[in-house]
Amino acid sequence: MLEIRWHGRGGQGVWSASAVLASAAINTGKYAQSFPQFGPERTGAPVLAFNRIDDRPIVVHSMIYEPDIVVVIDRTLLSDREAILGGLRPGGHLIADTDESPEELRARLQVHDSIHVWTLDAVTLALEEVGRAFTNTPMLGAVIKAAGVVPLEAIEESIKERWKGEIGEKNVKAVRRAFNEVAHSPAKVEVTA
Amino acid sequence: MSALRGWKEIPIAGIPFEPAVKYKTGDWRVFRPVIDNEKCIKCGLCWMFCPDSSIIWDGDNFPTVDYEHCKGCGICAHECPTKAIEMVRG
Amino acid sequence: MAKSVQQRMMSLNGDEAVAWAARQSNVDVVAAFPITPQTIIMERIAEFIHDGLMDSEIIRVESEHSALSASWGASIAGARAFTATAANGLALMWEILYIVASSRAPVVMAVVNRALSAPINIHCDHSDSMGARDSGWIQIYSEDAQEAYDNTIQAFRIAEHENVQLPVMVMLDGFLISHTMQNVQILPEDVVSDFVGYRKPSRIKLPEFYGEKEIPLMLNPKYPISIGPLDLYDYYFEHKMQQIEAMKRAPEVIKEIHKEFAEISGRSYGDGLLDPYRAEDADALIMGIGSTMGTMKAVVDELREEGKKVGSVRIRTFRPFPADEIRELASGVSSLGVLDRSASFGAEGGPLFMEVRSALYSLKDRPPVLGYIYGLGGRDMPPRLLKKIAEEVLSTREEPERPRVGYPGARE
Repeated sequence: MLEIRWHGRGGQGVWSASAVLASAAINTGKYAQSFPQFGPERTGAPVLAFNRIDDRPIVVHSMIYEPDIVVVIDRTLLSDREAILGGLRPGGHLIADTDESPEELRARLQVHDSIHVWTLDAVTLALEEVGRAFTNTPMLGAVIKAAGVVPLEAIEESIKERWKGEIGEKNVKAVRRAFNEVAHSPAKVEVTA
Repeated sequence: MSALRGWKEIPIAGIPFEPAVKYKTGDWRVFRPVIDNEKCIKCGLCWMFCPDSSIIWDGDNFPTVDYEHCKGCGICAHECPTKAIEMVRG
Repeated sequence: MAKSVQQRMMSLNGDEAVAWAARQSNVDVVAAFPITPQTIIMERIAEFIHDGLMDSEIIRVESEHSALSASWGASIAGARAFTATAANGLALMWEILYIVASSRAPVVMAVVNRALSAPINIHCDHSDSMGARDSGWIQIYSEDAQEAYDNTIQAFRIAEHENVQLPVMVMLDGFLISHTMQNVQILPEDVVSDFVGYRKPSRIKLPEFYGEKEIPLMLNPKYPISIGPLDLYDYYFEHKMQQIEAMKRAPEVIKEIHKEFAEISGRSYGDGLLDPYRAEDADALIMGIGSTMGTMKAVVDELREEGKKVGSVRIRTFRPFPADEIRELASGVSSLGVLDRSASFGAEGGPLFMEVRSALYSLKDRPPVLGYIYGLGGRDMPPRLLKKIAEEVLSTREEPERPRVGYPGARE
């Protein structure tokens, strides 16, 4: 089972991003959960969303403590190293919005050698493609590049289902660009399960 | 009064299964309403206001009183616009 | 289940799944008031009705007291009525809960479990619906969004069954189910419509009014009846006896409708009363309610891999309480753990713990029972804590001298 923790700020759409990913997984025959950090959403406050994705029905209903993937869709949250890296499994992925290179981010946050680091300037990309600084959909493209999970087309379908018309098309373009442009600093040590 | 019935013998949901008319409440009365047809204008207010459906009225003729059930509350006399109803002892 | 029909796999959260069930169940009247975490149910139903996808009257009311009053009025007028609430909303319905049940109005209500104030809290525990356990409603608890959908559909059939005629509450855990999107299989509209049919009020005889003719038990100008009049010490007890007896008849109906639905959908939850998991050869059994028991299944698998013979039993139907079935399951095991997501202040443990222990009293050879109150106000129940509990239960062989109730997850 793959577990993902999304970090963002209230109003930036981490829950929507996790919902798009879950729908895409479900539409491709997998089992998935998407849930918010349970509570009232407060605009601007740090918030979390979660995904579980598996090939078998998922029975677990609790928070995620040891994610395989951490996605940070707002670069200002990267200053809280403990919150971001806490529980991230060895061999996992840190995927973040930043204008730093993955090596620079790895050095700044002292990310463990067993973790893959991926970075994308999602703000610039979103401004160019969507016209607003919504980084949640570009980060989906980065997640798919990093972890596979579902084909890019499934994400695109799921986005078009959720946001109809022009706005959906713009987001699809953003996701594709993100998929191609996300930069990778591979783990330096292999972890065997 | 008939013997009280068991739970298997009565309908569910607390629905009354006996018509209330079998209880003759007329003997609760101290004063009885008497209608003076000279003054009555057949407006139907007594019939409408009676809380025990004890004014009998067909909409055409003068109303009469069901003395078997009238408890003598006097509401009809109070409401009558022509004071055609008098509450009489006994 | 070869007969099961083609279904549509959707991505829905628990609230949306309940709204879909209501949409497909030929509901005549929906009256409800929004409250977190139930709100999505009402939003979706309002959208369905607005978009012409659901043919129901929606009554917007000013409080939950009115929501259930309006549902009751619709129900005794012969309509199929649905409502939904949570926590403080359910508390405000209190007076009407009893009235609906006693008038044998087959209202179906989704209760999205949420902790009661104060302090104010919007997260999951079962203190709201557990408080209503003696109100005369049937209570069915769901494990996930799929089951919330399935249970809501079945609830209409159970409530309106001529041997039951009691209102049904369908519970789903706030946020853990209500706001968690997952795979949900949705049956075709016509299949659900055929399964639930349309409400046909039961028929009664009132010989002293209408001779031998059977008349519908509903407000009907053609055959007037009074519903809810004064009932003193001459008949009130008899009417309560009828409710007690209806509850006794309900388990058979719940099992029968659960089975019929399983044949159509391919989905079943134990026998409809209890949902056991790897319980047959278990040394220790963990019993509980709601979504935590899903997590428990994963923990049972983990313990089994380690060679520890633990099983679990989810109580799906809490009212009527499946005491016979619990006795049967528990008689072969060495120890039992009971998880309660609500406290009964001043009592010797949570409500489920007390009822399970009471059920076991008539067994000659009864296993020790440990109680655990957990998850109040949404405190998370992670797999590792469940594992610790299960291991403690497994290693317990003797009934403690005094009832043993733990509070896993609470800080001292």
